[in-house]
Amino acid sequence: MTTSTTGTEPGVSRAEYCVIACAEAWRGDGEVLAAAMGVVPTLGARLAKLTFEPDLLITDGEALLAADVPALGATPAAVEGALPYRKHLELVAMGHRHVMMGAGQLDRHGNQNISAIGDWSRPARQLLGVRGAPGNTVNNPTSYWIPRHSTRVFVTGRVDVVSGVGHGRLHGTAGRFQDLRRIVTDLAVLDFGGPERAIRLVSVHPGATVEQVVAATGFPLVLPDAVPSTREPSAEELRLIRDVLDPRGARDREVRG
Amino acid sequence: MDKRMNADEAVSRLSSGMTVGIGGWGSRRKPMALVRAILRAGLRDLTVVSYGGPDIGLLAAAGRIQHLVTAFVTLDSIPLEPHFRAARESGALERLTEYDEGMLLQGLTAAAHRLPFLPTRAGLGSDVLRVNPELRTVVSPYPDGEELVAVPALRLDAALVHLNRADRLGNGQCLGPDPYMDDLFCAAADTAYLSCERLVDTAELQKEGPPGSVLVPRWSVTGVVEAPGGAHFTSCAPDYDRDESFQRAYAQAAADPSAWAAFEQRFLSGDEQDYRAAVAALRAEANR
Repeated sequence: MTTSTTGTEPGVSRAEYCVIACAEAWRGDGEVLAAAMGVVPTLGARLAKLTFEPDLLITDGEALLAADVPALGATPAAVEGALPYRKHLELVAMGHRHVMMGAGQLDRHGNQNISAIGDWSRPARQLLGVRGAPGNTVNNPTSYWIPRHSTRVFVTGRVDVVSGVGHGRLHGTAGRFQDLRRIVTDLAVLDFGGPERAIRLVSVHPGATVEQVVAATGFPLVLPDAVPSTREPSAEELRLIRDVLDPRGARDREVRG
Repeated sequence: MDKRMNADEAVSRLSSGMTVGIGGWGSRRKPMALVRAILRAGLRDLTVVSYGGPDIGLLAAAGRIQHLVTAFVTLDSIPLEPHFRAARESGALERLTEYDEGMLLQGLTAAAHRLPFLPTRAGLGSDVLRVNPELRTVVSPYPDGEELVAVPALRLDAALVHLNRADRLGNGQCLGPDPYMDDLFCAAADTAYLSCERLVDTAELQKEGPPGSVLVPRWSVTGVVEAPGGAHFTSCAPDYDRDESFQRAYAQAAADPSAWAAFEQRFLSGDEQDYRAAVAALRAEANR
């Protein structure tokens, strides 16, 4: 159930602004796989497909390509193909894919860490491992979803283990397919539009402030002269999120407020 | 030709210090009956290649892994594998080779194709090259001159996989939507042991699924083990889903040494039949 009010549009929850901001990440992508990790990015990809980006390919969260746009956790009514992990990894190499990943740490150059916190050889906290992040970030348009914007994630120096590759680390032809797009957090939208492609604030979700974002970021955030608000969802978008894609309100458990 | 054997016979052919590849992915279709047989057999100092799940958790908790080659270890619905975490954070895991998922695929493919390495873009710019200093790059001999990571062949002494159906010859059939890398693991290995939910006559395979569903060809298989529930508690679509409540119990126990000792005593101290009986008893308790 969505009960909280944080924005100018009455009744729009923070999670719903995040879904809108995630959906916008795939705008203009056309016929590529929207590979979404997390509840809010999954809703964003599906909302984009239902509205302004109908040619996107989406999965059921497992090995099937959904031909329709199912609700979160629902089985697709129709399937347009299979995408088992081996094919998925081939698709990463082929490039027809825009991924939105999470991050344990992210630095101002866009390096991401999902491997381990601390010294890799004896980590203070073991995370997942690098998974597909190295391959994703040298092959595919890549965005990030950070459900809890904090200085623990947006670190002051460099991330401990570079899993997803940021700017300035690929030389010559190695970086020809690198394409870091945007970062959506529970507070704001960021991109890589700063000097030397550093992370820049793009918009702040209604109810959050620029000061809050700056305080929750461990590195000096590039700030535009004026920071707009993340756009409002339309009534139709809200209906799709609430009644069609996520009637059980899983989004509000990933992002509170 | 008849390659049937039981899990203990299959594992008796392995020896300590071997390089063993384990099929499945995360907490999905892991050859858990074979892994449990390894725990019983006391094999040590293994190099294990896996898209890791509770197979790695169990083997690491028992101190059987000397060297792990992987891209991740996860229980899927529970993101972090508690035993793997503990082994890494305590320093108990002696050696880790951490690759990108696609690099692991290239390494297995190189081994299956009898090539020394295969090139890939994945890994460039990342700390995978820093934490694996033995990795080398190659420069394309063509005018593009592109530099790529040369993933060395991941040749295996043995592969362990679990599939839905198999015949006594060693043909393994996958009825689920994702074959993972199971056939590659078998092709990359000198010997391969395939457990299955149900052993059927060769003629029955075509009644179960189309010819393409026979994923693992018999030439790549050394032994076939009938092991109903052999992937438990991981999923084995379409035969069964992951046993989420058992996985939660496993993860909770793994977080605490005394709880883990009790879990081991209850579920892992006997043979596979004892395991199944203990799982059934737990389920009955929960339903009471």
